[in-house]
Amino acid sequence: MREQQHLLEVSNLNGWYGESHVLHGMTFNVGAGEIVTLLGRNGAGKTTTLRAIMGVVRKRRGAITYKGSDIISLPQHKVPWLGIGYVPEERGIFATLNVLENLMLPPVTQSGGMGIDDIYQLFPNLRGRDQTPGTRLSGGEQQMLAIARILRTGADFILLDEPTEGLAPVIVEEIAASLQVLKQRGLTIVLVEQNLRFAASIADRHYVVEQGVVVDEIANEVLPASMDRLNSYLGV
Amino acid sequence: MTEIFGVPFAVLLGQLLLGLINGSFYALLSLGLAIIFGMLNVINFAHGAFYMLGGFAALVAFNTLGIGYWPSLIVAPLAVGLIGVVVEKLLLRHLYKMDHLYSLLLTFGVALMLEGLFRHLFGSAGKPYPLPEALSGGINLGFMFLPAYRAWVIVASLGVCLVTWYAIERTRLGAYLRAATENPSLVQAFGINVPVMLTLTYAFCVGLAGFAGALAAPLYQVSPGMGSNLIIIVFAVVVIGGMGSIIGAVVTGLSLGLIEGLTKVFVPSASAIAVFLVMVAVLLLRPSGLFGRER
Amino acid sequence: MTLLSATAAAPTTRSFSTVRLFLLVAAAAVVLAAPLAIYPLFLVKILCFILFASALNIVLGFAGLLSFGHAAFFGGAAYITAHAAKVWGLPFELAVLAGVGFATVLGLVFGALAIRRHGIYFAMVTLALAQMVYFLAVQLPFTGGEDGIQSVPHGTLLGIVDLGKSTSMYYVVLGFTAFGLFVIWRAIRSPFGHILAAIRENEQRARSLGLNVERYKLIAFTLSAALSGLAGSLKAIAFQLASLADVTWHMSGEVILMTLLGGMGTLIGPAVGATFVVSMEHYLSTSGLPITFIIGTVFVICVMLFRRGIYGEIRARLLATRQPSDLGD
Ligand SMILES: Nc1ncnc2c1ncn2[C@@H]1O[C@H](COP(=O)(O)OP(=O)(O)O)[C@@H](O)[C@H]1O
Ligand SMILES: [Mg+2]
Repeated sequence: MREQQHLLEVSNLNGWYGESHVLHGMTFNVGAGEIVTLLGRNGAGKTTTLRAIMGVVRKRRGAITYKGSDIISLPQHKVPWLGIGYVPEERGIFATLNVLENLMLPPVTQSGGMGIDDIYQLFPNLRGRDQTPGTRLSGGEQQMLAIARILRTGADFILLDEPTEGLAPVIVEEIAASLQVLKQRGLTIVLVEQNLRFAASIADRHYVVEQGVVVDEIANEVLPASMDRLNSYLGV
Repeated sequence: MTEIFGVPFAVLLGQLLLGLINGSFYALLSLGLAIIFGMLNVINFAHGAFYMLGGFAALVAFNTLGIGYWPSLIVAPLAVGLIGVVVEKLLLRHLYKMDHLYSLLLTFGVALMLEGLFRHLFGSAGKPYPLPEALSGGINLGFMFLPAYRAWVIVASLGVCLVTWYAIERTRLGAYLRAATENPSLVQAFGINVPVMLTLTYAFCVGLAGFAGALAAPLYQVSPGMGSNLIIIVFAVVVIGGMGSIIGAVVTGLSLGLIEGLTKVFVPSASAIAVFLVMVAVLLLRPSGLFGRER
Repeated sequence: MTLLSATAAAPTTRSFSTVRLFLLVAAAAVVLAAPLAIYPLFLVKILCFILFASALNIVLGFAGLLSFGHAAFFGGAAYITAHAAKVWGLPFELAVLAGVGFATVLGLVFGALAIRRHGIYFAMVTLALAQMVYFLAVQLPFTGGEDGIQSVPHGTLLGIVDLGKSTSMYYVVLGFTAFGLFVIWRAIRSPFGHILAAIRENEQRARSLGLNVERYKLIAFTLSAALSGLAGSLKAIAFQLASLADVTWHMSGEVILMTLLGGMGTLIGPAVGATFVVSMEHYLSTSGLPITFIIGTVFVICVMLFRRGIYGEIRARLLATRQPSDLGD
């Protein structure tokens, strides 16, 4: 048997939207229990990478292995049943479903998911809002709901796309705190983030993505020392 | 005897009852059309043909297999739903990514095939289907005589509409359906097999049409053309109500049946076009339909 | 896509246009000589449907609007023309004019109502409006119910040409059809045609360019209705009959099939499709096979397998092989 080092290994991943070639050979890996970020400018291909892993983007080439087995050839609806959860950038809260229905929508794919009470403890804002239509929640609450519904499924590997985008600093702190809790519970997270401070506060490693390829890898310990390098990538 | 605008009360009620019955069929069919449209983005032109198929399924089951009325209320929708599965898997699903007009044309072609086939096999003339024993009588309400079967048709179709509404708005399965209507790709990313869900939705709605056909069999005669004129009225109902809501489809269907009934009493010559006149008025006054949510 | 195909014939090489000229002359010769070999009234029927399908193609192919109610214009005009010729005793020209006038006004009214809704709703609205005409035709006394209006007099063209002779009828209908196709051809090549194409490609953009989208759609719809009416009027005179069959939704569907089968959005496609469908029905009518079933099957096959239609498919292949020389700038 092959030695199992990484939970997820992506190598030379290419991805297309129709004719347009967006990912040009992404290579990176994520170890069990790690929080790894994908950093990069807008349009670099971070969201597309997560979509390619989930199979939402169908036109792919290269290799994606999860727990040692290939998942590119898997039908799209089978991927979540490996315990992979997806929190999309646009949050994807359903307007025609109330908060409770939104929360209960994704099927439980593995044991070990959070119960409703744990979820309310983690995100007190969601308590007592069961009957509210999903999109009536504030942006921050919608983000919490989007994370919460994945935690309920038992997924232990979570793809999290820009959870702090457009949110007030207070809410960002709340979400950061909740991610710390998840990390303590041993969940593995791939985080796409623009907010460097937020990313530095919770991640173990960072990958820099440019035009559909990983161009650099930075450990979180050396992040402060690498700020100049990073800023030149991000064009800040 | 009381009269309203020179029309005997009993006659008025009788026509309203007939209108309500027609309205029940409009409601059952437009409900299915609305769900199919919401989920699959398809206007199912073959809906009338499936209604006809339901009538024939009941008739053939009765004549050749000796299956009576009550079991055929289950057998007919199942048979029609099965054909729906074939149509969806074999044909319809390959057109989802294309302009909606192609799926309309495809289902039109399917409607022609079914109607043509049944005309060839059974001839154009209507065939009677006997009233079920238990419902052959009637109830004297004092002011009018209510045939039991007609009462049953109204109760049964409204019951089915209500159950469908409940299932979609209040159950977990319904939540999947609503979510998949909004964002199928995300629902799929949660691990739900959306293509299978689409097939089953189509089969279920087409089965509803089959149920309506079986329900209609003892009331009207079973004939290959029974669905084709009905479907166009139902289209008008759908234009009037808009396809945004299930309740909207049911309410619009019933009301238009009643309006038709009233027209039959007061302006008999206009009753055939009453629904279309309402449609014109709605287009002029509220172009997106009464419950409209145009896409 | 269709925008390309509708205009792609223009930039051709010299040798290609010589071929086209040759083909055109050959086609004209065949069309003119056809009644020598084939039963003229059968040809007249084909011509009427060529005109009808080409008229529908203005909205379906060039403006991108699926009208499911064109039988109302075709059959409605047939009734008016038949009534005008038989009961009012109007001469051929005026009877046809009356039918076309009716179809034009009806097209204006239906169009104004239907363009308030888009896409699939547009199809349903036109279908329902046309069904209203069908119910009126069933009920109104002058249409003769199930029998229709029979024994419509042929009359004469300008008081000179006796249209009772089927060969003369053929040439007269041929003239009208050629006129109709010419009108369509001019309209499509004109700025009006380009605006229609722009609307079909991207209505939002056309609107943001300041174009009055509704007005152009309405003009296209009305023109299409008028020419469909002309086809129906000619059919009523040639076959001395206006009947319910011409106003049913089956008729609306059949003419869509002709257009689709031949090739939507091409000038020649609808003619090919009409010829194919009319001939098929003609030969099937004595075979005892279920025609409606076969028509439905052709419809399904066409939608599933070749949406570009017979002519559209052939032309796409031709263009693909010629692409380097023809489409190079
Ligand atoms: N649905 C889509 N269709 C076509 N191109 C897209 C689509 N979504 C994103 N793109 C393009 O793909 C590239 C990568 O986008 P994305 O993965 O969203 O970047 P990021 O998440 O890093 O900001 C961009 O150039 C973007 O314009
Ligand atoms: Mg992104």
